[in-house]
Amino acid sequence: MQKLLLLGDEAIAQGAIDAGMSGIYAYPGTPSTEIMEYVQSSKDAKENGIRALWSANEKTAMESALGMSYAGKRAMVCMKHVGLNVAADAFVNAAITGANGGLVVVAADDPSMHSSQNEQDSRFYGKFSLVPILEPANQQQAYDMVHYAFQLSEDFRIPVLLRITTRLAHSRTGVQRAAMRKQNELKLPDNLRQFVLLPSIARKQYRELLGKQEQLEAASAKSGFNRLIDGKNKKTGIIACGLAYNYLMENFTDQKLEAPLLCIGQYPVPLDMVNKLYESCEEILVLEDGYPMLEELLKGMLNKGKKIKGRLDGTLPRDGELTPGIVGTAFGQKIEKGKQTPELVKNRPPKLCDGCSHNDAFLALNDAILEYGRGRVFSDIGCYTLSALEPLEAINSCVDMGASITMAIGAADAGLVPAVAAIGDSTFTHSGITGLLDAVNNNSPITVLILDNSTTGMTGGQASSAYGKIDSIVRGLGVPEEHIKVLKPLRKYHDENVAIMREELAYQGVSVIIPRRECIQTLSRKLRQKAKVKALDV
Amino acid sequence: MKKDIILAGVGGQGILSIAACIGMAALEENLFLKQAEVHGMSQRGGAVQSNLRISSEPVASDLIPEGKADIILAVEPMESLRYLPMLDKNGWVITSINPFINIPDYPSMESLMKEIWNQPKYITLDADLMAKACGSVKAANMVVLGAATPFLDLKIESIQNAIKAIFGRKGEDIVQLNLDALKAGRDHALKQL
Repeated sequence: MQKLLLLGDEAIAQGAIDAGMSGIYAYPGTPSTEIMEYVQSSKDAKENGIRALWSANEKTAMESALGMSYAGKRAMVCMKHVGLNVAADAFVNAAITGANGGLVVVAADDPSMHSSQNEQDSRFYGKFSLVPILEPANQQQAYDMVHYAFQLSEDFRIPVLLRITTRLAHSRTGVQRAAMRKQNELKLPDNLRQFVLLPSIARKQYRELLGKQEQLEAASAKSGFNRLIDGKNKKTGIIACGLAYNYLMENFTDQKLEAPLLCIGQYPVPLDMVNKLYESCEEILVLEDGYPMLEELLKGMLNKGKKIKGRLDGTLPRDGELTPGIVGTAFGQKIEKGKQTPELVKNRPPKLCDGCSHNDAFLALNDAILEYGRGRVFSDIGCYTLSALEPLEAINSCVDMGASITMAIGAADAGLVPAVAAIGDSTFTHSGITGLLDAVNNNSPITVLILDNSTTGMTGGQASSAYGKIDSIVRGLGVPEEHIKVLKPLRKYHDENVAIMREELAYQGVSVIIPRRECIQTLSRKLRQKAKVKALDV
Repeated sequence: MKKDIILAGVGGQGILSIAACIGMAALEENLFLKQAEVHGMSQRGGAVQSNLRISSEPVASDLIPEGKADIILAVEPMESLRYLPMLDKNGWVITSINPFINIPDYPSMESLMKEIWNQPKYITLDADLMAKACGSVKAANMVVLGAATPFLDLKIESIQNAIKAIFGRKGEDIVQLNLDALKAGRDHALKQL
């Protein structure tokens, strides 16, 4: 079969389709979005009836996938790293219920924060929950690991975490497919109490989970994803986790690597392999594209053994993604950079598109809020976060999905009245609804802007769970009808919109303003498609 | 054979189409390739780049090592200079001279061109004008790709096949437009050599 040219994300999706997955659940988030998108546009997936729709958030996605696993079928759930925070309650407890059909959780980390608010390392979640973790070094391995992960999950009746980073997710290369496996039949768990985490049952299940650890470590030793390669120069032994292996080898294209090397692709890490490396070398260098997890474990609190080099002792930077140059420098190699970037090259930060509805909404808000003064607008995660920058400088917070409304409640409680929340439509149904319920129950003097562009814009225009439902949700939560205002964010309605906002800012209770106008990107995509259809008609 | 290429531009300018064409051509010639893309936030009118590596040997890193790129291929002149630290001292800067001005402190064209023409090896071209002459300014990215073809060590037929495959869905006119644009860029570069 001809190799396919696939992104790491797409390799994972194709791997899951080929491994007999019956359903995939996800909420969009860079760099994980393309996994679901690939399944949604895959002919194979359609023909095999694979369920592939966006969920309201990562927690609902995780739980739905767990439900499919309960019913004996293979399920995948995908999210960006911070999405795992949202799904954590379900994720951690799924380790204790265990799986029935294979359950693979993909977390895409974003070291260097290319499109994120932190660079947390999802491997800690895997370790914390006591589930096996797979960390591919390249796209082919990502594809292969998905097959293995489903099998491992079924063999040990445990969810498996597949951890990738941005560079693997968004880099394209040739990937060889394996044979397609049939989907599982519907099959209930052997023990119908397996998923009932009553304390008495949970205690038993947890002990079972603890009991599996030794076998999981043995599985790591024999899967082939962890490899100990001997070398004759025993000064520095190297541990390279996942993608770090590539950056290491990039520095040894013209010369042979003589140091002993342990490549890690599966956790829990086999102690025997680590011990062999440690005993045979004078010092150890740990290369991890993320937090110094293994490095810290090896070092221990007192660091009384051999020298352990890595991110903690300054051999590598403490933060940010690894690069070939950074890894080369750790080996004392001289990196010959090209010329400096000339001074005349100016920063070109991302910004709201020309014609974006958010722009007009914030221009109106900036005017309406003038009389109260700045510094009272709590915002959220989405394109509209860009309104924090010049020229709008309209918002004062961006923390996590849904935090706009709830932070506004707290600030208003503290006396910052009126406080304003600005949240997108998709973010509102992701994590804003419960916060708005709090606000209603609290009768908080806040004004909530639900910026409805009818899509999940930042990640490229995926279907929004909120589509067509916002007004009735807001009414249903108990926001008084007369304080729900839908307006059209366009320059020509500016004065009108400012007046409505002023009125609601003055109201001493919860009001919701819904500036509604479709995302300019999805709109122009639709118009282009329409034009094409028309051309075909002629 | 090994070529490391930095593709540079502004979000929405079509550098990923260039990458897709080179990638498909490389695959047709049974070469190894890795292509790191930028998705997400920076696509909103920000500076974007893609690391494209093609080689007859397996490629280790998804990222090009600093100072090792053979070519910076840019669809925007200021962006052609942003990644100079990545460029090998014998590397080429190949860029369109058509500015995408969406920031208030964009440098003067005069100073910008002086800086580009100061590079040891460069090809500059008015890709917008040449694409317009072919039928549409939208094919400017293919003009820029055409200008790079003499340096890619790929058969021109492979790249033409890639264009046919990638734009085939959009109809024969669009394929021809892009092939013409490719040729215009290539002829221009060959003349400058």
